[in-house]
Amino acid sequence: MPGTGNPQSVKGWFEERLGLASARELLAHKTVPVHSATMWYYFGGITLFLFVIQVLTGMLLLLYYRPSPTEAYESVQFIMTRVQFGWLVRSIHSWSANLMILAAFIHMFSVVFLHAYRRPRELTWLSGIALLGLALAFGFSGYLLPWNTISYFATKVGTDMAAAVPVVGQSLARFLRGGNDVGGATLTRFFGFHVAVLPGITTLMLLVHLAMVQKHGMSSPPWIRGSNRPQMKFFPNFFLRELMAWYAALGVLGSLAAIFPWELGEKADPFISAPAGIRPEWYFLAPFYTLKLIPSHVWKIEGELLGLFGFGLLALWWVALPFWASDRAGMARTKLVTGAGVALLAYLATFSALGYWR
Amino acid sequence: MSRTGTSLLLLLPWLLLAHGFAADSCLTCHAGLDAGLKAPAEKYPNDIHAQAGLGCADCHGGDRNSDDYEVSMSPKKGFKGHIARTAIPKLCATCHSDANAMRKFRPQQRIDQFAEYQTSVHGKRLAAGDDAVATCIDCHSVHDIRAVKDAQSPVYPLHLPETCARCHASAEHMAKYKIETNQFAQYRTSVHWAALAAGDLSAPTCASCHGNHGATPPQVSSVANVCGTCHALFAELYNKSPHQPVFAAMDAGGCVVCHSNHGIKTPSVQMLAGSQAVCAKCHDAASEGGKAAVEVAGMLNQLTATLDRSDRILASAHRSGMEVGEAQLRQAEGRDDLVKAIVAVHAFNPAAVRTPVQAGLAIAAATYRSGQSALQERDARRVGLAISLITILIVMLGIWLAIRNLENRRPKIAEPDGS
Repeated sequence: MPGTGNPQSVKGWFEERLGLASARELLAHKTVPVHSATMWYYFGGITLFLFVIQVLTGMLLLLYYRPSPTEAYESVQFIMTRVQFGWLVRSIHSWSANLMILAAFIHMFSVVFLHAYRRPRELTWLSGIALLGLALAFGFSGYLLPWNTISYFATKVGTDMAAAVPVVGQSLARFLRGGNDVGGATLTRFFGFHVAVLPGITTLMLLVHLAMVQKHGMSSPPWIRGSNRPQMKFFPNFFLRELMAWYAALGVLGSLAAIFPWELGEKADPFISAPAGIRPEWYFLAPFYTLKLIPSHVWKIEGELLGLFGFGLLALWWVALPFWASDRAGMARTKLVTGAGVALLAYLATFSALGYWR
Repeated sequence: MSRTGTSLLLLLPWLLLAHGFAADSCLTCHAGLDAGLKAPAEKYPNDIHAQAGLGCADCHGGDRNSDDYEVSMSPKKGFKGHIARTAIPKLCATCHSDANAMRKFRPQQRIDQFAEYQTSVHGKRLAAGDDAVATCIDCHSVHDIRAVKDAQSPVYPLHLPETCARCHASAEHMAKYKIETNQFAQYRTSVHWAALAAGDLSAPTCASCHGNHGATPPQVSSVANVCGTCHALFAELYNKSPHQPVFAAMDAGGCVVCHSNHGIKTPSVQMLAGSQAVCAKCHDAASEGGKAAVEVAGMLNQLTATLDRSDRILASAHRSGMEVGEAQLRQAEGRDDLVKAIVAVHAFNPAAVRTPVQAGLAIAAATYRSGQSALQERDARRVGLAISLITILIVMLGIWLAIRNLENRRPKIAEPDGS
């Protein structure tokens, strides 16, 4: 659409080439429902904000980080002790990774409890779940990069679990490790996943997710009915509130990074035995602890295999939520979904806590 | 397979078992006798010799293949019966001093035990007819002899002191030899026992200093060499020190003059200066030796205190989340210098101690500075955080005011939504 401004001005120059008027038009008409649960809408934006911080701090870390077993630990130590504000960049990167996953989980459960996954938002849900999976993959691959004892043995445990998957397990584990065991090839591979493969896929998936959100707008919970529901304009009303949420997230992030700088630990030594109490990051604790509880054999089936099979079924059931959450008449099975959400949340919270303290 | 063949196959284990019983009639008969005569048959299956295929007759003579005891225990078949205590070492040496015999079982096994035993106090007294002294079976047990590395063996390092103490801590047994019986009790208070009890099987036991088969008290002249087997640097410095010729002239036993023998305690600076100082036993406080001891103690105390101070500040910085790994690594070097200084004490020359102490002090000063700057940086970070948080709060307040102003002018819109 040709620009309407004066082509001699800077604004007019850009207007003519980018057609900003249509974007302004879009923003002017975009609205957000106002109700008692509106605050949960902010967590998608907070997740996005933390992702942007991840990208920026990750790029800064890349200036000094060296992905090899002989240099990785030392390069992170150099960043933390010699580089100006290196400690802050590394600490913010680690803390924001954890906060981003937490924000993503809150966002997912808010979508569940507000029943925002309903038709026609199935693809928004699927792309969101894919983004959560990618965030977990970011966490798993990034955990190894400092090459310290805890991360080394946690990666060993994680890739051993992958090896237990029937048929493809051994090939999958070899693909992840770049060999039979966790070593230099694994570090290089994880670095590649972390800084190239995963960001590429995530960017594409994020665009799909945002496009879906834009297309269908914000969903109102099914219990809010009537044609005269209160709304607020996305820009500037909702956007300014979101901005406040981002500043609050920044304050929390900065406080955590400054008061509890992310520890580096001891350099990994593949020749020592695994230290006692080794455990993965908090977001993998629930499945980790569950697998620990399952006996080595249940009847004639290997316990770990049974556990992985169970998690596979659970994940599949959860991914397919929009498809089983509506009845034949297209009405949301709100009680069933809320019950399932509460059960899953209780399981994750309880088993993560048990995995942490036991 | 034919029916006969199948029957033979089924009978085979029974035939072999029956043959086995006939092959060692000693065990079969003794298993049915009273306690004293039954015990060897019960114990022998655990014996290392049984596992090597040897039987009772290999030591006691006789014919193991005969079920008739008049034949199997006949002197004509070489039956010796009870072995006299004075004959035991020679009997064991029949195989254990024979390289050809031992090669069949353990090619790398030493064969000089009997030769050594003959040089020991035990061996000499036994040769003189005293059968109350230790022979092979008193230490290694009998009929259930186990390998030295077997944790159930009485000569396994953890059990050896107790095995020696069976005789040497018995006042009744030692009365006629006029030997003290407090060695075991003293040893149990020593730094050596503490290390052994903590699982360090290389820690010294009785045999490490006295020898095993050739057990003899170390002579005064050889004490430093015996201790020097493990404490090599200490022995080297002591042998070059002014104390060596003096102690030798006094007929005093080197290391034990200061450290004692069986009840050696963890050495400390208090041995050099203060009310418990061993140096003070010979050196007056005003003498050169007394002054040197106090000077050395002062240097060691200073280095220990300085390293401890650095440890504390680094631990505090680490608890605050500061990365001080490099400084902590340097601290380990400082602790190495402290160990070197403690070793250098045995040169009995303050100049020898001063060099490692100064090196350690330099490291401790550097690590302390690292700790200080880490804590300063921590404080600076907290100030920076406070400023950032105030700025964030001000910005948030500004946004909130902007929203309020906006919504006061233009209330929220309400429009239908199909979602």
